[in-house]
Amino acid sequence: MARIDLQNLAHSYVPKPSGPGDYALKPLDHVWRQGGAYALLGPSGCGKTTLLNIISGLLVPSEGRVLFDGRDVTALPTEARNIAQVFQFPVVYDTMTVYENLAFPLRNRGLRGPAVDARVREIAELLDLTPDLKHRGSGLTADAKQKISLGRGLVRPDVAAILFDEPLTVIDPHLKWELRSKLKALHRALDLTMIYVTHDQTEAMTFADTVVVMHDGAVVQMGRPQELFERPAHVFVGHFIGSPGMNVLPATVYGRSAHVGGHEIRLARGYPPIDAGRVEIGVRPEFATLAPAGSGVPVRVRRIDDLGRVRLAKVELAGIPMAATVPEAMPLVGDEASLTFEREMVHVYADGHLVEGEAA
Amino acid sequence: MDKPVNQGAWLLVLPVLLIVAFSAIVPLMTVVNYSVQDTFGNNQFFWNGIGWYQELLDPSTDLGGRFFDALWRNLLFSFLILAIEVPLGIAVALSMPRQGWRVAATLVVLALPLLIPWNVVGTIWQIFAREDIGLLGWVVNHLGIPYNYTADPLSAWVTIVTMDVWHWTSLVALLCYAGLRSIPDAFYQAARIDGASRWAIFRNIQLPKMRRVLLIAVLLRFMDSFMIYTEPFVVTGGGPGNSTTFVSIDLVKLALGQFDLGKAAALSIVYNLIILAVCWVFYTVMTRMDSGRS
Repeated sequence: MARIDLQNLAHSYVPKPSGPGDYALKPLDHVWRQGGAYALLGPSGCGKTTLLNIISGLLVPSEGRVLFDGRDVTALPTEARNIAQVFQFPVVYDTMTVYENLAFPLRNRGLRGPAVDARVREIAELLDLTPDLKHRGSGLTADAKQKISLGRGLVRPDVAAILFDEPLTVIDPHLKWELRSKLKALHRALDLTMIYVTHDQTEAMTFADTVVVMHDGAVVQMGRPQELFERPAHVFVGHFIGSPGMNVLPATVYGRSAHVGGHEIRLARGYPPIDAGRVEIGVRPEFATLAPAGSGVPVRVRRIDDLGRVRLAKVELAGIPMAATVPEAMPLVGDEASLTFEREMVHVYADGHLVEGEAA
Repeated sequence: MDKPVNQGAWLLVLPVLLIVAFSAIVPLMTVVNYSVQDTFGNNQFFWNGIGWYQELLDPSTDLGGRFFDALWRNLLFSFLILAIEVPLGIAVALSMPRQGWRVAATLVVLALPLLIPWNVVGTIWQIFAREDIGLLGWVVNHLGIPYNYTADPLSAWVTIVTMDVWHWTSLVALLCYAGLRSIPDAFYQAARIDGASRWAIFRNIQLPKMRRVLLIAVLLRFMDSFMIYTEPFVVTGGGPGNSTTFVSIDLVKLALGQFDLGKAAALSIVYNLIILAVCWVFYTVMTRMDSGRS
């Protein structure tokens, strides 16, 4: 049970970093609450695994400190930290039975006898591994193996946090859902801090209370899944989360209106003149609705995709491609149409970062 | 409905059959033919049936005694070199670097002994171990340890075993290294998180992953050492006395020294069958061990 503080943490794989480009992880301050379920979301190479390995102690950061409940563990090796990690590929000791696999971390720490037995059986019960306890680990399916890896983390009574490094990558799709629900249930049952690294937004959004989005070695936004969806702090978050991602349109913004290619889009908040290289507005396809021509900003319809639950239109607004929702039962005549926007959901970005408007 | 069978495929196999026939089956049959006959020269042969085999497998006869003595020497030699080369090879593989330029350097250095022709290896050690002009022999003798492989059987054995270890440990090490390299980093990281000791990592991660390559290493080294001829022949010529006369050396003496083609042919066949049988047993036992785990 612990709170994990990262203070001014940064890491570079280059011995003498000369610029921000050399950092795999840019300076970062962060607090992981005791008992929180976090997801670290970002594309490959964004530094999320680096961050995870620093927390678990597999990697010593080049700068900054890691605190467990206020105790500095930065220089401590991983075996001296009360932390568990589950890897992308299931790690199972082939020569041992499932029981011995689960008992391994306890026995390595000098525990013997009934204490080990009770704990192993308890964890096996939680993970539905009881029928397999006597079998060798090598013959089991990938999801059972991953459960064993997870079990070896859970079995230690003292773990402060469990770190997951894309744990469902090699699991069959139909079992992913099940295993993820299991993790969620374990999180509720055991009151453990869990940090879950993934590049899959669905996994992140369903698993975590707090999603931390990383991009290029830095945290770009942290928040509840809904916040990330409705108010992306960075165009990257807008692109990365949601399918399809947020529409980003170059615009000139003044006061309560934005102009895109000569068309005015009304904004919910007022903006001062923005002094930035690149000014854009971002709006998710979910909040841009297609309407008959003449009732909003004129667009040209390129294609309609029926995704089952919704229909999505690929349109062009003043020559700029974007996506919009097609309302049910909307008749389509020709390729001339118009868009209406949900005003609260149109955001302004300067050089990629969200600009807070002044509420009227 | 009957499946049409295309017998034409046999034509494609024919070249291989012909090559194998001429390279293996025909010579083997010649040897079988010799082994049931006796000759007194002049290319005259007399039918002897299984006589040579009976004599060969009966240790009380002259031929049988010779054969069993050489066989025990062979087995002792194979046992010794396996007992040294396998643990040593594993130790070398474990201490090899995992990345950087030193990997390439180590691999080249390790591969060197394997690239030297066998009779050259023999010659190197024949000179290196001489007590008068060889560096090794001279040093050992001047340290006060009596060492002379041409006169003392123990010295001769030490020399050929050391030579084989020098020559072939690299092979075991390289095979083990390949096995070690196939272990994903996650295993080591997980072991660290599980608090595993160095020994526990070796026992539960590294050794199981090296099992398959070790099987191959033991098989190769057993077969090679059981058939060893060139190196001891060059170094000791089978001596002093008969103390380093292995089956292969004895076979050559019998066939080319004494021109006892019948006896030599029978010996060849039995020798061949022993190797086949032992390899089969090794292979079955070790693959059974391997599959028995899952």
